[in-house]
Amino acid sequence: MAGGSQLLRIQNPPSIVSSAAVVGRKEFEGPLGADFDLHADDDKFGMDTWEKAESEMQRLAFGLMLKKGVIKETDVDAIFAGDLLNQCTGSSFGLLDFNIPYFGLYGACSTMAESMMLAALMVGNGVFQRAAAVCSSHFCSAERQFRFPIEYGGQRTPTSQWTVTGAGAMLLAKDGNGPYVTEVMPGISVQKGVKDANNMGAAMAPAAVDTLKRYFSCSGAVPEDFDAILTGDLGQIGHEITAEMLYAVGFNIKKMYNDCGLMIYSAKTQDVHAGGSGCGCSGSIMCGPVMKRFRNGTYNNILFIGTGALMSPGSVQQGMPIAGIAHLVRISSTLPACGGGGEGVSP
Amino acid sequence: MNLDPKTYEKYAKSHAKKSPVLKDCACAFLVGGVICCIAEGIYRLYLHLGMPEVNVRIMTPVTIVALAALLTGLGWFDKIAKFAGAGTLVPITGFANAVVSPAIDTKAEGFVLGVGAKMFIIAGPVIVYGTIASVIWGVIYYFLHNGGIL
Repeated sequence: MAGGSQLLRIQNPPSIVSSAAVVGRKEFEGPLGADFDLHADDDKFGMDTWEKAESEMQRLAFGLMLKKGVIKETDVDAIFAGDLLNQCTGSSFGLLDFNIPYFGLYGACSTMAESMMLAALMVGNGVFQRAAAVCSSHFCSAERQFRFPIEYGGQRTPTSQWTVTGAGAMLLAKDGNGPYVTEVMPGISVQKGVKDANNMGAAMAPAAVDTLKRYFSCSGAVPEDFDAILTGDLGQIGHEITAEMLYAVGFNIKKMYNDCGLMIYSAKTQDVHAGGSGCGCSGSIMCGPVMKRFRNGTYNNILFIGTGALMSPGSVQQGMPIAGIAHLVRISSTLPACGGGGEGVSP
Repeated sequence: MNLDPKTYEKYAKSHAKKSPVLKDCACAFLVGGVICCIAEGIYRLYLHLGMPEVNVRIMTPVTIVALAALLTGLGWFDKIAKFAGAGTLVPITGFANAVVSPAIDTKAEGFVLGVGAKMFIIAGPVIVYGTIASVIWGVIYYFLHNGGIL
């Protein structure tokens, strides 16, 4: 670790050897629809409850990831997975069929970054040969848990975000031809007093700013080094705030900065207010469109910052402010020239 | 740019889009008005069919509740409500939807702990505070009436 800065440079960067993204109909109809591996016309994915549908998405995504990478179930040493449901049942039930050691995570919408980070650290330090990062969210199961019944007739505020129906699965391995996870920076919970559960972008933006500020300060990298800096998922308001606050402290990321919550839906035609949210948003985008862009050479070097709002319906009702967290993962198509900069982490 | 929570809240608010209040009010007025016209039509129809007025006064809201419940079950109510806002929420249609939607939603958790327990999760407070308010008004009315004011 580089002197308390919490930037972890991985000495033997693991390679992302396979990935798969499964989405619902609305996401398929969005601007990135063609880049996802699988979608269902019926958001129940053939199941009888929304929760089972979410688990089914994880099962499909994980199975597809194995198939695409021509990898046997027995070759995966561990799964790091999470979702938004109570006790992470989306993941535990969804991955039950696979006979693989499983770590359940809760990082709210930052779960894709958190699971990638942990898988990368474990593989990069030789603990595992191959580890998977998986996450999901489902609009209907999230509405049921966090907001109102599906058929309830209410209006959403302009700042609210639409939970993405989607799942992503990614496999990191010791050997591979890239892209590689070369650096990670765990997020620190940041709380700036936002209490509105319908404005989570504003609640999470300070965490994204904190992580990016720490990263640029101690990595020596500058925003121009990256083809893209992607947060997931701050939505329109959080995106604006993050760009503005970083600009104010001297980091101009506006040119290469985008947010998964803004990429997944069309703001003009899909009526999602401030954009997409949920683990499945950045999860499906990282495992689908982003990996595709690495394969076709559009991206060679990116920063992915998974952002999560740490709250529950109970904590919001009790008037507790919402804390945000932002985990950073750097993905490069090439290995660092000096073998990870000599600041590798030991397990 | 290290903002304290109060300054940040103001700053975040300045970025948040405001609800289109005028448009929302117009939509609510229109749809709410249409619902009332439909109810008036039903009222007159029942009278025309020879139902005693005492019964018509009960049957009209019952019919509107049934219609709202049906539209909720068909999955149309939330689409209308998205446009109408308070227009569907304030009339008795909103109450019907608030009971039926959690009932549909919690079917998977069983009839006792699901439908039975969760049916009034949104409408419950309306019933509780509505009853309390009517009791308080009843007491006030009693004194005003006996005092000869009302």
